This record gives sequence, structure tokens and C-alpha cells, in this order.
Amino acid sequence: MNQNYSNTRATLAIANASFRSILRSPSAVVFTLAFPLIFIIVFANIGGGGVTVDVGVAKTSDTISPVYQALKNIKVVHLIQDQSAEEMNSNLSKGSIDAIINVKKNSSRPPFTINVEYTKASAEKGNILRSVLSNIYYNINNNAQVGTPPVAEIRESTIEGREYKYIDFILPGQLGFSLLSSGVFGTAFVFLSLRLTLVIKRFFATPVKRYSIVLGEALARLAFSLLGSLFIILVGHYMFGFTLVHGVVTVLNMLVLSAIGLIIFMGFGFTVSGIAKNESTVPPLSNIITLPQFLLSGTFFSVTAFPKWLQAISNVLPLTHLNNAMRKVAFEGAGLGDVTHQLFILLIWFVIIYAVAVKTFKWE
Amino acid sequence: MTKQPIITVNELVKNYGDFAAVKGISFEVYEGEIFGLLGPNGAGKTTTLEIIETLRQKTSGRIIVDGFDIETDADSIKKRIGVQLQAAGYYPNLNLSELIVLFSGLYGIDKSPMEMLEKVALTDKAKSKYKDLSGGQKQRFSIATTLINNPRIIFLDEPTTGLDPQARRNLWDLIREIRDQGTTVVITTHYMDEAEVLCDRVAFVDGGYIIGIDTPDHFIDQLVASGFERKKQVKLANLEDVFINLTGKEWREG
Repeated sequence: MNQNYSNTRATLAIANASFRSILRSPSAVVFTLAFPLIFIIVFANIGGGGVTVDVGVAKTSDTISPVYQALKNIKVVHLIQDQSAEEMNSNLSKGSIDAIINVKKNSSRPPFTINVEYTKASAEKGNILRSVLSNIYYNINNNAQVGTPPVAEIRESTIEGREYKYIDFILPGQLGFSLLSSGVFGTAFVFLSLRLTLVIKRFFATPVKRYSIVLGEALARLAFSLLGSLFIILVGHYMFGFTLVHGVVTVLNMLVLSAIGLIIFMGFGFTVSGIAKNESTVPPLSNIITLPQFLLSGTFFSVTAFPKWLQAISNVLPLTHLNNAMRKVAFEGAGLGDVTHQLFILLIWFVIIYAVAVKTFKWE
Repeated sequence: MTKQPIITVNELVKNYGDFAAVKGISFEVYEGEIFGLLGPNGAGKTTTLEIIETLRQKTSGRIIVDGFDIETDADSIKKRIGVQLQAAGYYPNLNLSELIVLFSGLYGIDKSPMEMLEKVALTDKAKSKYKDLSGGQKQRFSIATTLINNPRIIFLDEPTTGLDPQARRNLWDLIREIRDQGTTVVITTHYMDEAEVLCDRVAFVDGGYIIGIDTPDHFIDQLVASGFERKKQVKLANLEDVFINLTGKEWREG
């Protein structure tokens, strides 16, 4: 009674209790570690499902040519026209676009030349494009009158680049999913149950401050999720060859992103815990938040595989930007300063969700 | 026993919207006594208790706890009281030892879990989870958490509800021990036999008012003096005595 009361000590006592509790809670461990790992194992082995081939269209390319028109109608091929030549070349070497095409109209025969630049960074998708092109080439030349010289010819070259494996795509997505479910479900369940079982009320009969309770819980979840993220990254790296461009630095950058993501997702969790009347309303409310992001935020397949209107929705969701930032950092070796666009959108989400959380959160 | 008031409640009013739960009650609790708040459900007992415990805002009135005003010094009061809530749970997935460590941190006090568990005879359950305890053990553990900060006063809200006769008597002994060590105890209960043997003084609360406050003996003597007689002849023992006699006094776990 005579000691000076320490809020830090109270906060750490709660963090410690909460951390132990999370470790012993089967659902937390399953959602944070087991599910993402299972998905990684499954998807790493079956390879890409919804494949799209991202093809850069050189500025000088003839877009009226029948070759280009045919390419436009092929669903697997995603044509990119809004990048400069330098951007395209740099993306090609990273494998974030799979090829650059340049269709030239010739004054002499054959009337069209299709210049294709592939990348070793994305050999598989390059092969898909190769077969698509030879199909078009065959059709166009066949449609032309018999006996006339071919309408188009294909000239190919391949540049050097890092190989982009499916694990490089799937792992950051699973990391994001793990953080999302831990942040939303975990936080919502814990705070609702602490409220309903009067644990928080009992805490209020001690000198502890409200912020200590929230901060303690948040610290515990952060510690748990970051350990989980680290585990997933290491398993991915050593067992599935997940690319970490700058090694430890990349891992640290990913953990910083994980923390940022988790803090935002916990805001959703606080909101759900405030809105939910009892424990059975937590899952539906949480699913409303997690499922769309799970499906639309590029967790399993690239957002570019979606139709434009759906991409517009995807590009609003916070997980999309977390995933994009993660992929840039992990595979392209970007630093946090290179993903400021994503971080800015996450910051906007942070402001919005915590404004809502403060309004809806209930202590008792 | 000195008759020094440790809690003074003056004209306490609590309204929930249009509903007046507590309509201006005043009473004092003396240092070192076991004070019982008695009354039917919805009489305002728990509301009154929770206001004194600083867990609820009052509408009006004045309350002094151990020299501190609840309005201005809630933090000082929290440091000197121990609170057991009706039907409160504990942090999930932790064992009793860990829960004591948690509460020690919340109070900012160094207490070894074993020392606290020993006070309520639960050292053999140190590694058990709260939810796996029997009813009596749960209540004893709750009381252990109220004692961590060496409180001047502890508040027990219906601690014996749902316990079997042995566990109930065991808890009475524990509460008396705590009182004998100098801690004031404020308790609510629905059992008049319990209040009669346990409480030094009781207050009857009904409809938001205190309708009587005295020692159990005085209340009974007054009623008898007014000519009241039980319909049934009182025997020298009751059925609970028979139960205890047949099943043994020692308290069973589980």
C-alpha cells in the first residue's frame, strides 16, 4: 500500500497474463500458425490456381494490329499499358510483370513483327504467354489466304532475373491472413469474454488504469503474432525457399509491417467486441470483416486476376495494401520507405477504424 | 471492539434512467466488524456495494471510505479495499498461481502466490484452473484475490450462494478469521441463518431504502418482545444440524 503504484508494472502484468492465456488457447494457435502453414503447404505444392500473365505493352507497340486485338481477348493475359519503359524493364527483371510485348507494323512483309521479351524471373508464365502467342500467330497466319506469306512473325528474347516462386506470392498473403484473423477474432473474443465474465469489472476494483488493460492485451497479442510471423517466415524460407532479398533486414521490415497490420486489425477486433452482444455474435461479425479481405486482398491469387470493378473493391481493403507492401519488401527487396503509398493507405485505415472503435468499445 | 466508522454512507441515491434503485440510504460500517447487507433481490444491495467499491457512479449522496471520499479519491480507496464480485470470472486459461501474480501486478504489490493460497487452504490447487474448482474453492480463491493488497475492508457479494452446508460453514470460518485479523468485512447474503451467526451488525434493505440496522440479536429480541411467535415449535436442532451431523463437519473438496 505504501509503494508507489506503477502503471507500467500493471500493464506488464496484464501483458504477461494475456500472453500465457493466448499460448494456451487452441484457437489462437490454430488460426495464427496452423492455418497459414497448412495453406502454404497446400498451395506451395499445387502451384498457382488463378493464373494471369502480366504483359507489358511497349509504348511503341501497334495496338490496332490483329495480334494485339487477339491478345486483348485472351483472359489469361493481363495487358499493362500505364507503365513507362523503365518501369516495365525493372518490373520485368523482378518478375512482377512476366513479359514485354512490342508489336511492330512493317512496311514490307510480313506486315507485323511481334517482339517479345521474357524474363527468367517468371519462366513459367513466360511459357504460358509463349503458347498463347504461337496460337494467335498460327490462327492469324492461317486466316490469311493460302499461299500468301505469313502475316506476322515472332521474335523472342529472354532477360536474366530472379525466379519468382509461388511461395513468394502465397507466403506474404498467408502472413496477412494470420494477422487479420488474430487481430480481429482474437481481440474481439478476448475483450468480449473479459467483459461478459466481469474480469474487466474485477480489474476496475484494483488501481489499474483503463489504458493499461488495453495496452497490456495489445502487447501480448503483438508479441504472439510477431513470433508467429517470424515462425511462418522461417518455415517458408528454409522449407519452401521463400525469397528474402536482404536476409535479416527483410525479415525485420516484414515484422514491422506485421506489427502495423496487426494494430489496424485489432481496431476491427475492438469494434466487434463492442458491437457483439454475446460470444455467438462474434464469429459472424468477424467473418464480415475477414472473409472479403481473405478472398479479395490477393491472399491466394493476384488481385489483377479480378475484373476491374472487383479490383476497385480490392484496392480499398487494408489487407490488399498490407499484402502488397509485404511482397514488395520480401521479394523486391524494398525498404519501408519504398512502400509509403501502402503505408499511407494503412494509416488512413488506422485513423478510421480507431475512431469507430473508440465510439463502439464497451467496458461493461 | 472500537466503534470507529470506517465507511460512512450519507443519503446515497442511484437512478438508472427513470428507475430509482437506491433512494437515499445512510449507514455506517464500523472498523473490524462483519457487516451484513440483507434484503430481497432487486433491493439495491449490489448497487450500493458497487458504488462504495468505486465501480459505479452515484447519482447523489456522500460516501467516505477509510477517510477518503469516493468522488475525489477513488484511486486511494481502490488500494485499500478488496472486492469479490457476484458471479465474476477470472482471466481465462491461467492457473491459480498465475492469477495471483496477475493481481499482485495490478495492485503493484509483491506477494508470493503460495502465501496467498495458503490463507485460503488452496496450495494444493496452485496449478489448477479456476474453472475446474468446486463452488467452495472458487469462493475461497475469490477471497484470496481480495486479500492481496492487505486491504482495510473487503466486500463479499453473496459469497455462499450455491454452496453446500459444509462449504458454507468452512467459508464462515474463513471470513471470521479475516475479521479477527483486523479486516472489516461487508457481506451481502440471502440466508438469514448465515447473517445471524456471522454478522456483527446487519442492515435490511428493501425497495431502495434501509428499513432497519442493528445487531442480529437486537432485531430478534425486539421481534420477540413485540409478541411474535413462530408457528412451529422451535426445536433444539434444525435439519441442517442433522445434515452436518450425518455427513460430518469436515469439508470436502469437489
